[in-house]
Amino acid sequence: MKIEIAGQNAFIVYFAEQTSASVSAQIQTAVSNILACMQDCIIDLVPSYASLLVIFDLDSSDHFAVKQMLRNALTDLDSAAAGSGNLVTLPVYYSTESGPDLEVIAELGSISVEDVIAIHQQQEYRVYAIGFAPGFAYLGEVDERIAAPRLATPRQKVPRGAVAIADRQTAVYPAVSPGGWNLIGLCPTRMFDVDKSPSMPVTVGDRIRFAAISREEFIAQGGEL
Amino acid sequence: MSGFSIKQPGLLSLLQDRGRYGAHNLGLTTGGPLDFIAFDWANRMLGNDPNATCLEVSFGGLTLEAELDTSFVITGATAPCRLNDEDIEQWQTQSVQAGDKLEIGFATSGTRSYLAVSGGFDIAASFGSSSTVIREKIGGLHGDKLQAGDHLPCSGSRLAVNYCLTEADRPVYGDPARLRLVPGYQQAAFDPAQQWRFFNSEYRLTERCDRMGFRLEGETVHSNIVGMLSEGICHGAIQIPADGQPIVLMNDRQTIGGYPKIGSVIPRDTARLSQLSPGSQVYFEAISIEQAHNIHCLEQARYQRTSLQQC
Repeated sequence: MKIEIAGQNAFIVYFAEQTSASVSAQIQTAVSNILACMQDCIIDLVPSYASLLVIFDLDSSDHFAVKQMLRNALTDLDSAAAGSGNLVTLPVYYSTESGPDLEVIAELGSISVEDVIAIHQQQEYRVYAIGFAPGFAYLGEVDERIAAPRLATPRQKVPRGAVAIADRQTAVYPAVSPGGWNLIGLCPTRMFDVDKSPSMPVTVGDRIRFAAISREEFIAQGGEL
Repeated sequence: MSGFSIKQPGLLSLLQDRGRYGAHNLGLTTGGPLDFIAFDWANRMLGNDPNATCLEVSFGGLTLEAELDTSFVITGATAPCRLNDEDIEQWQTQSVQAGDKLEIGFATSGTRSYLAVSGGFDIAASFGSSSTVIREKIGGLHGDKLQAGDHLPCSGSRLAVNYCLTEADRPVYGDPARLRLVPGYQQAAFDPAQQWRFFNSEYRLTERCDRMGFRLEGETVHSNIVGMLSEGICHGAIQIPADGQPIVLMNDRQTIGGYPKIGSVIPRDTARLSQLSPGSQVYFEAISIEQAHNIHCLEQARYQRTSLQQC
C-alpha cells in the first residue's frame, strides 16, 4: 500500500496495481475505518478500482496529522470483517429493441445474442467505483466472452436506464447522456433520484446481479421505450 | 418572496454557494465559485454567512431588476456596472430600491464577477448546497444557468453604512500567471527531462476552458504510463492525456478519471487561473506541501487582518 499526495488537502491511497474483489473489500474496510475515526476532518472520500482519494479539511487538520491518522486507519484491513456489501438485483429488459449493440457483441464473441444475455446474468458484479456522472456505478468484471471495446464514435444520446458494456465493465446509465459504451438492454430501476433518500440503490462495494424481465414487465415497472 | 428578476441573463450566470462537499460518493462534483477569493469578499463585505448564495457572472451581460430595498456588492472581474444607467463602483457595497435596474456589462479585466446581496439569495440546497452544476442538472433554480424571467428570491435588508475594499487590497487579474502546484499522483512517472520541460515552459489557455477544466497548450510532456485504472480526482489536479497538453481540473470536474496527473494547483492559484481568458500565458511552479500549508495559513491571516473601509 502506498499513500501519495494528491493535492494540498488530499491524499490518494493505492492498495494494489490491479483491481480484484479482495482489493475492493480492503478499500471498503478502509472507508469505514476512516469514517469511524477521522470523520471530523474528512470532507470527501472517493473509492475507486484500486485506490481511495481522501480529501480533508485544511482548517481543522494538516497534512502530517491526517497522514498519521490515515496510517492508523489503514492497518488490519484484511482481518476485519471484510465488507461484503449488499446484494442488489437489477431487472433488465434485454432485446435488440432495447439493446442495439447486442448483435455486435454476439458477433465479436462468436456467440448468439441469447448467449450474451445469459452470460451477462450468470455472475455477480461488484460496484468498483461511482463517478463520471451522478449515480454512474462502474461494475466489474464482465466475462471475457462478452467484453467489447467502446464505440469508435460515442452516441450523442444514450437513454436513461441503458445497460451497457465497455471492455470488462458494465453499468446502467443513470440519466440521458452522451456515451460510448455498448448497449444491451434497459433497466427500469432509477440509479439516481434527487428526490429519494438514499438517492442511489447501490453503493461502492455492493454486489449486483442482473435478471431478465419481459417487455411488459419493463413497462409495468415504469420503464420507457 | 420578493427578490430580483432577471431581464438579461448574460453569457453564463450561475447561482453558487461555497460548493457541494461530501457527495463525491454519489458521483457528484464540487461546483462552487471558480474564484473563491472574490466570492468570499462579496459575502464578507455585506456581513453575510461565508456560505451564502451569490451569483457568479462569467464574462458579463447581466441585467436584473430589484423588487425590494436591499444592499449588494459586485466583486471579481472588472466590468462596467450601472445602477439605473449611472456608473457604480465595484468592491463597494451599494443600496438598491424596488424598481431599480442593475447591470453588469462585459468584463474588461478578469472573467468572473460576483454579485452578492444582503443575506444571500434564498435558494434551496440540493445535497447540502445551492451550487449549480449544469452537467449534473443540480443546484441553482433549475439545475441550469440563469434565464431571462428567472426570479431570485432574497430577503431585503439595507446596511446602515456602506463599506469598500481599498484598491491595494483587491486582487489583480492578468497574465502571465504563476500557478503553484504540489507535485503528487503519478508525478514519478514523468522523467526528469519531462518535468524540467513542464516547469520551464509557458502554457497558453485554449478556447476549451470551462468550469470542468482549463485546457492549456504549449510544450508537450509525456509520462511512461500506458494505461491506468480510473481514480479519484481532486480540485486543481493537472491531467496530462496522451496528446501531452495539460488540463487543470476545476470545480465541475468529473470525480474519477484515468489519465496521468503530475500534481495539483493550489486553490488560490486556480482562482487566479479562472479569471484568465483564452490566449493568456501561465507557468507552473512546484512547491512543497509545507509551502502550500504556509501559503494557506498566511493568506488566511492576511484576509482576516485586512479591514474594510467605511465609505
